[in-house]
Amino acid sequence: MSTPRTSFGRMALNGAAGLSLGFILLPLIFVTWLAFFRQEIPSFPPEGYSLKWFSAVPGNKNFVEGFVLSLQVGVLATLIGLLLGVPASLALVRHRIALGPAVNTLLLLPLVMPGIVLGTSLYVFQIETEIATGLPLLGSLAGLVAAHTLVVVPWVVRLVTASLQGSDRSIEEAAQNLGAGPLTTFWRITLPSIRPGIVAAGLFGFVTSFGNLEMSLFLVGPGRITLPIAILQYLEWKIDPTVAAASVIQIVLIGAAMIITDRYVKLSRVV
Amino acid sequence: MARLSIEHLNKKYGDLTVVDDVTIDIADGEFLVLLGPSGCGKTTTLRMVAGFVPPSAGKLTIGTRDVTTLPPWKRNCGLVFQSYALFPHMTVAENVAFGLEMRKVSPADRGPRVAEALRLVQLAGFDERYPRQLSGGQQQRVALARALAMEPDVLLLDEPLSNLDAKLRQEVRVEIRDLQRKLGLTTIMVTHDQEEALTMADRLVVMEKGQVRQIGTQRELYEKPADRFVAGFIGRSAFLDGEIAAPGRFRTKGGLDIACGAATATGAATLALRPERIAVADEAAGCANRFEAKVEHASYLGALLDIHVSLSEHDRMLLQIPNRQGAAEPKPGETITIGWGQDAGLVYPRED
Repeated sequence: MSTPRTSFGRMALNGAAGLSLGFILLPLIFVTWLAFFRQEIPSFPPEGYSLKWFSAVPGNKNFVEGFVLSLQVGVLATLIGLLLGVPASLALVRHRIALGPAVNTLLLLPLVMPGIVLGTSLYVFQIETEIATGLPLLGSLAGLVAAHTLVVVPWVVRLVTASLQGSDRSIEEAAQNLGAGPLTTFWRITLPSIRPGIVAAGLFGFVTSFGNLEMSLFLVGPGRITLPIAILQYLEWKIDPTVAAASVIQIVLIGAAMIITDRYVKLSRVV
Repeated sequence: MARLSIEHLNKKYGDLTVVDDVTIDIADGEFLVLLGPSGCGKTTTLRMVAGFVPPSAGKLTIGTRDVTTLPPWKRNCGLVFQSYALFPHMTVAENVAFGLEMRKVSPADRGPRVAEALRLVQLAGFDERYPRQLSGGQQQRVALARALAMEPDVLLLDEPLSNLDAKLRQEVRVEIRDLQRKLGLTTIMVTHDQEEALTMADRLVVMEKGQVRQIGTQRELYEKPADRFVAGFIGRSAFLDGEIAAPGRFRTKGGLDIACGAATATGAATLALRPERIAVADEAAGCANRFEAKVEHASYLGALLDIHVSLSEHDRMLLQIPNRQGAAEPKPGETITIGWGQDAGLVYPRED
């Protein structure tokens, strides 16, 4: 039995939750709606509906190349981010290392740093490095991947440390007690027990990299642009729903990735 | 299966000594219990034997092998964790087979040994279950089977029953003990539960503040506690503070003069008496020490009655009398006669 007071509280909570959800979903709904408008200049009400903008996306060279590059950078940055972030998390959680909390904060920092600031600093850094070493870093795939790794690592560290803290340390000791060396223990026991955290970290890291605009703006070179930049550049000249269609394709792909991942690891339990 | 010797084992964290010069010899097939209040160093001692805590000093020998500096995975000690520590992503059979796999036992040979281990703990047929699908008691058995399957030289049990409910705990005690006897496993168990320790052990080690206070059988610990701590920790004792005035005479703070055979060296001392060895009313008639005592508080415990009495302004004690049919139950405020023989008390140096 709920008293009037608690039912009012519940209603207020549901209302606030609904409002927030609407706030998040509304742009997505509008973009999706817009992608099916027939007319070139978006205006309400729509004059009719069409699928032609979707077919325009694969025809646009910038979008296709941008998609391929974003995919490459995202996958590479995620893999490197995991290779760096998982051992870092292990060191932070399982071993008492000097300045542990400071290192932890440092690893999370790129997440709170504004993209513009990050982009500018990396731009300067890459130019200086290029001048000093002669390596063509700025605008290269390597330079872009290195920068994106920076924004993937915080996700990995955050999610994997949380996973490690939640996993029972004694199962690792049990494995060692049963005759497993440190490496076997890691592969057979530690890794499977933090797998949901790693999968979630990979997914969120990839999505962050894939959608990154501000930082990438500084680091791409001629003929090598990521999908968000291709969309931005397209918007400078045209505002037809092709951009909306490209966004819908992205939403569907990322949504599908989330749903598939969630089937194997319950994301809500990790994040 | 082997004997285990712990020699002058020491563990320091900075200035803090958590295990202080512990020496214990455990015979082949013996069931030894480390008993003590929390923080007494018993678990650290066990973890040093298992290899998870490097000793600051001392030597550990299993059979003829010096294992002091060996890592955990080379010690061949089967440890049952308090939390069971089953691998959540593996089935029961995979959990139990893990130790065999690490010892490079071929898959064909693992099957029968896993089945045998599960049969020993009465979990045959649970092979394909996952730990989360088992009850606490079943998980505990899997943990035990996993430790047994690898045929350890020494079995280590870290408070293995503390997460089970009271009724199950009593059953499992007996089961573990039977299994240990049948397999002839040298075993160390850590517990803070006195009853558990007394029912299961061949010998007990009472620890406090990192030190071994006494090693002995149940009877030795109860009848001849080495110090005041053991006298209060194993079973209960009534303590009277005072001094030994002359050999054979103990004088309490409140001025009572007590005949006590154990009082030899003179000086400040504490007299310890077992509450159930104190006679009441007519039964006290022939005792060397007899006093009028005022009942302060009486508790009805079913089979027993706990009576708190005061003998003088400074001397209070506990006695325990059987709840016989028709026996009078002393009420608070009553004065009763109590008594004990001159061999009933033990004397320890005063700790104040």
